[in-house]
Amino acid sequence: MVEEKFDAIVIGAGMSGNAAAFTMASGGLKVLQLERGEYPGSKNVQGAIMYADMLEKIIPDFRDDAPVERHLIEQRFWMMDNTSHAGVHYRSDDFNEAKPNRYTIIRAQFDKWFSRKVREAGATVLCETTATELTHDTKGTVIGVRTDRGGEAILADVVVLAEGVNGLLGTRAGVREMPRPETVALAVKEMHFLPEGLIEQRFGLKGNEGCVIEAAGTISRGMTGLAFLYTNKESISLGIGCLVSDFAEKMESPYGLLDAFKNHPSVKPLIAGSEVKEYAAHLIPEGGYKAIPRLYGDGWVAVGDAAQLNNAVHREGSNLAMTSGRIAGEAIVQVKSRNLPTTRRNLALYEAMLNKSFVLKDLKKHKDMPALLHTNSNNFFMTYPKLISQAAQNFMRVDGTPKIDKERATTAAFISARSRWGLVSDAVRLAFAWR
Amino acid sequence: MHIVVCIKQVPDSAQIRVHPVTNTIMRQGVPTIINPYDLFALEEALRLRDADGGEVTVLTMGPPMAEDALRKALTYGADRAVLLTDRYFAGSDTLATSFALSQAIAKIGETFGPPDIVFTGKQTIDGDTAQVGPGIAKRLELMQLTYIAKIASIDLDAHEITVERRSESGTQMLKSKLPCLITVLEGINEIRRGSLQDALRAARSEIVTWSAADAGIDDLTKCGLRGSPTVVKRVFAPTGRAEKSVQIDTADKALRDLADELIAAIFTRQPALEHELACDGA
Repeated sequence: MVEEKFDAIVIGAGMSGNAAAFTMASGGLKVLQLERGEYPGSKNVQGAIMYADMLEKIIPDFRDDAPVERHLIEQRFWMMDNTSHAGVHYRSDDFNEAKPNRYTIIRAQFDKWFSRKVREAGATVLCETTATELTHDTKGTVIGVRTDRGGEAILADVVVLAEGVNGLLGTRAGVREMPRPETVALAVKEMHFLPEGLIEQRFGLKGNEGCVIEAAGTISRGMTGLAFLYTNKESISLGIGCLVSDFAEKMESPYGLLDAFKNHPSVKPLIAGSEVKEYAAHLIPEGGYKAIPRLYGDGWVAVGDAAQLNNAVHREGSNLAMTSGRIAGEAIVQVKSRNLPTTRRNLALYEAMLNKSFVLKDLKKHKDMPALLHTNSNNFFMTYPKLISQAAQNFMRVDGTPKIDKERATTAAFISARSRWGLVSDAVRLAFAWR
Repeated sequence: MHIVVCIKQVPDSAQIRVHPVTNTIMRQGVPTIINPYDLFALEEALRLRDADGGEVTVLTMGPPMAEDALRKALTYGADRAVLLTDRYFAGSDTLATSFALSQAIAKIGETFGPPDIVFTGKQTIDGDTAQVGPGIAKRLELMQLTYIAKIASIDLDAHEITVERRSESGTQMLKSKLPCLITVLEGINEIRRGSLQDALRAARSEIVTWSAADAGIDDLTKCGLRGSPTVVKRVFAPTGRAEKSVQIDTADKALRDLADELIAAIFTRQPALEHELACDGA
């Protein structure tokens, strides 16, 4: 029998779990954190881009010792067809600031650092320990967890579910559903190692400057998906993700898509000569606002991916995870400091605080976007990228055709592919979903 | 009963690679583990303690990061962990290592009670020498039981232990006086999953950390590089040999013909052997 009782038990040592555990331990609570992996970060997969502002709100001086790779000075968005890409690039020397805004990170290293901070704040962190079951009292209030190490349950006033997208513990306890195939994406990624100097040369970088490319188009073969390429210090992370339901319907393999992306003429020269050292896959919650399950109940709260808090439109996940973890931690510290019981009613403070933050505001703003992109995936990820590429090529190629004819041909191509009504309807629906 | 288990933090050899150009071992970024052979020693110590009472102290010598290995040993259920760490120990070979460890064990004996048994694994997976265990036994003048496949019985009143030792000719039953040093063979047991209480205790335990001076080591010339006569001249990856194996087609052939063909194939490669065998026959 484990007789001692904790103020809070945090399930998982990813971004949201670490943020919650750090915030609560710093707030003077007695915190236990359970992580199934061999060490924090060993099971965690992300692109990965880390947003400084959200981490600063937790650990203001993180830049002193956090293992970051490169700060980003350039962002490229690519619309790809099979042989070309049309792109919007934004690069600014303004991003070379004293406190840069975005960094690439390698999660295995970053999470170890974050976990050390959590332990230094006073939390007890147990790795290789899987929480298997939430335990309830007779009234249904969550009072603790059981682990795969056997024995009695460990008790706590509140359990923070930071267990990631699959959320087996919460699902088993019936506080949420298994994610549905149409609300999660499956992403695969590889780490390509290249000498530092070569990366800087290929992307026109110096020092710790970094560049990211995010690409959509025929590479996802008509499915709702996105590919990415991030520069680390001595490696390039690249990957692609599509909705699980699309993979199932189109019978495509994630690795096949990744292979095609790597061999695309726009990508291949960027990674030429690299050595692949890691291959990873991960589920990403993409259902947006409408897929968010209950965020709290009697004796529990859910944060990060476990609460489906991911902004697929802006490709932001870890900052929503960190922020929801921090806010949950702050709410729990407040409830405990007022000596209130951790009931559903009192923990509602977490959702109230989250509602005021960018987390739920952003997700609410784009609540119709996932459905739109999904139902019209073939238009947005196949037809339009091809049309845009053709239009760009038509515009660039000088072959004696009068300009007026070229422009007519481009217009005709759009209308023939989508019809006038279709074009207007896509534009209006996109605008409404974005609004 | 007090049992000391010596463990070593080693690079996970399953994930280690040799640099194709320089032929040196690429240690960077390779995860570390407890030497797998040491886990059999630890589990055997924990079982003896669980059966007969007492304490298990784990000891390692290494850099400060070796604390991770000790904490893991505590998670499995060890009662106490001692880290021997000092820059004077850097570059130790088996002679210097067994010296430092034997001094630390003596100090553990003074501080926490004299050990009845010192356990080590058969060998480490990074050095593969199997010399440190016997080195400690010799220095501490402990009975030495190597390659032990089973602890048959232990009689604490009579200070006696009976073990099965695997040797080339078979299994030996050995009875020894305590205290003794036992090096344990693989497969003797399976490391347990530590309980939640042990995991909690491990996460919060202070690791006893000793420098050379703390461990009562005065003669630093016997430590580290200075105390290590062994010199690694070269590390290299073995290259494949040009010779190919000979395959004999067995289809539709009588056993006797196959045997003749096999012998002929061997003699073609080893002409000297044919001559020798012919002489023996005569």
